[in-house]
Amino acid sequence: MTFLGMPTAPKGVGHLRGESSFPTAAEAALGDQQLRRNLAHATSTIRTKRAAAVAEVEDWAQLRAAGAAIKDEVLAHLDTYLLELEEKVTAHGGTVHWARDANEANAIVTELVRSTGSSEVIKVKSMVTQEIGLNEALADAGITPIETDLAELIVQLGHDVPSHILVPAIHRNRAEIREIFLREMSGVDPNLSDDPAALAQAARSYLRRKFLSAQVAVSGANFAVAETGTLCVVESEGNGRMCLTLPRTLITVMGIEKLVPKWQDLEVFLQLLPRSSTAERMNPYTSFWTGAVEGQDFHLVLLDNGRTATLADPNGRAALRCIRCSACLNVCPVYERAGGHAYGSIYPGPIGAVLSPQLTGVADNPSLPFASTLCGACFDACPVAIDIPMMLVHLRSRVVDDKAGSQRLPSPEAATMKLAAWTMRDPRRWTRALRMMRSGRIIGRRHDRIRRLPYPLSRWATTRDLPRPPKETFRDWWSHQ
Amino acid sequence: MSAREEILARISSALGPEPQTVEIPRDYHLAGEVAVPDPTGLLTDRLHDYGAHVRHCAPSDLSDAVGAALAARGARRVVVPAGVPAGCSSVVPEPVLDDPALSTAQLDGVDGVLTTVAVAIAETGTLILDGGPGQGRRALSLVPDYHLAIVKASQIVSSVPDAVAGLEPTSPMTWISGPSATSDIELSRVEGVHGPRTLEVILVHDLAWTTTLPDNNQFRSND
Repeated sequence: MTFLGMPTAPKGVGHLRGESSFPTAAEAALGDQQLRRNLAHATSTIRTKRAAAVAEVEDWAQLRAAGAAIKDEVLAHLDTYLLELEEKVTAHGGTVHWARDANEANAIVTELVRSTGSSEVIKVKSMVTQEIGLNEALADAGITPIETDLAELIVQLGHDVPSHILVPAIHRNRAEIREIFLREMSGVDPNLSDDPAALAQAARSYLRRKFLSAQVAVSGANFAVAETGTLCVVESEGNGRMCLTLPRTLITVMGIEKLVPKWQDLEVFLQLLPRSSTAERMNPYTSFWTGAVEGQDFHLVLLDNGRTATLADPNGRAALRCIRCSACLNVCPVYERAGGHAYGSIYPGPIGAVLSPQLTGVADNPSLPFASTLCGACFDACPVAIDIPMMLVHLRSRVVDDKAGSQRLPSPEAATMKLAAWTMRDPRRWTRALRMMRSGRIIGRRHDRIRRLPYPLSRWATTRDLPRPPKETFRDWWSHQ
Repeated sequence: MSAREEILARISSALGPEPQTVEIPRDYHLAGEVAVPDPTGLLTDRLHDYGAHVRHCAPSDLSDAVGAALAARGARRVVVPAGVPAGCSSVVPEPVLDDPALSTAQLDGVDGVLTTVAVAIAETGTLILDGGPGQGRRALSLVPDYHLAIVKASQIVSSVPDAVAGLEPTSPMTWISGPSATSDIELSRVEGVHGPRTLEVILVHDLAWTTTLPDNNQFRSND
């Protein structure tokens, strides 16, 4: 499915589509008590910390406005800035590759790794390589990808999928992580405790051998500066520095929207990002490099994969401002309860609900724009002021239009809405309809709520309770006064 | 059509004719607009928050401070990049030079590394290394488990914009705010993962108005 004829992220590769719709997947997640405890603890902790980190910045509102405008300017002249970046990276000895979609990017990276003769790559945590399913593509080609971020390692060793942008293993607690390490990590001490410090040390010793011997690394990028060709990776553990610095070959995959026009623009994002994501004044490590440095071979892969389709919708375009801080996940009441896996895409939560359907086309993720209460907490938390609730409403209408366009007969929902519109248009019809609703008093008499309705309304009522209608409608009461 | 041409064509068709230039409001605090009252004190507090050790000294006592820090750590074989003040390298028991370039395995075998910094940010507790004199290539301050950094008070700026304004973006750069850390397990912070597990800073009070040292002690550490 395309928007204005623009190709979207292809099917059959990567992790943007779930196997079941959001309501089905969320129902399973809601039954998992452990998951709900982990999520509630994690999201409430980080919410509190983030609020404090943001409150201490006097000019937060101004930084936020500048961040949004910088990203809008990038999007408005994306072609110009990409060409500028390409020119600068090339001038500094790097090689730039362009990939229309996930398959093309995976093929480019696989070929680059093959040509080094290495059968192993170390990876910096990167959303975009999860998006395109790079690990699977490399494995198919006989190349072993090793995730080096602690949470990504937990996910990889647990044969699992990430459930949060920033803390991919947020759904696992320490006992579960200990189990995974004991089962999957070669050479681990069988007496390993479940203390987070001990678990982190186990990961350190396991990965250190890999870091010191790896020949090729794959990373994503947080920012790329068009005017200088400078790339930037923001991290905490030092695994990023290890991957970016030690191997002879560095391959960076980035979405085409990750640009900023000028070096000065980073003064905005390096304040917005750490405080919004990890609630720190500054993250422990940030690396910057321009082209091939310190004797490395450097390759930059610029990826579309549905981003131009997103750009083509003026009402959805702002989703490309996202800097992947995950603040919107942590404040979302739906995410807090359902968790990341329910969204089916590696971009979960509110931003995922607007980004994934645009990257894949709404036909492939039709339930996501509805996975929200539209409470607006995500918009308030977003450091680049993406109006996610407004965009969700817009995407809902695209889903409805898309369904109407692809079906000959109107859906029961569409037919019901038509009938409702007809009823509401005439005061007498409306009054009569309201009186008829009093019959619902009988259905609701046992629980003082209406919990089930006859077909076809039953489908709507399985996830919703209705209040028992009052004895008298407001209109009748008013006419007596 | 090549992927490059096709993506560029998609972008121009997505944007339509003559996309507008977006005005960027820069009414946030720009470089030079905010001066924190006590940059040295604030940087010290921030570094302590991150779990880094901080020692203070007068310029004339720098080499003694370096010697004391290394002795306290028990670090003997320490990498000394070219450009570290001569007085400091002379107090290192067994200085290790990166000439010819040390292998990663050799770097893994030393007790620590001693570097200077390009600039430090008080508000965020950030040290910035840009490969300038006394800092060496990036691997030197990464692989050893102990990083001792010399920061002069005159190198401390107040804010992130102050630092960004003074840096050359094309030099390979590392911004360091505390020792390596993770919050990936139940969001509880663990210090010391892959980067140096111990970060220690010697703050040299080389400005006239900061020569009064805290606590009237020559050296102070948080441990």
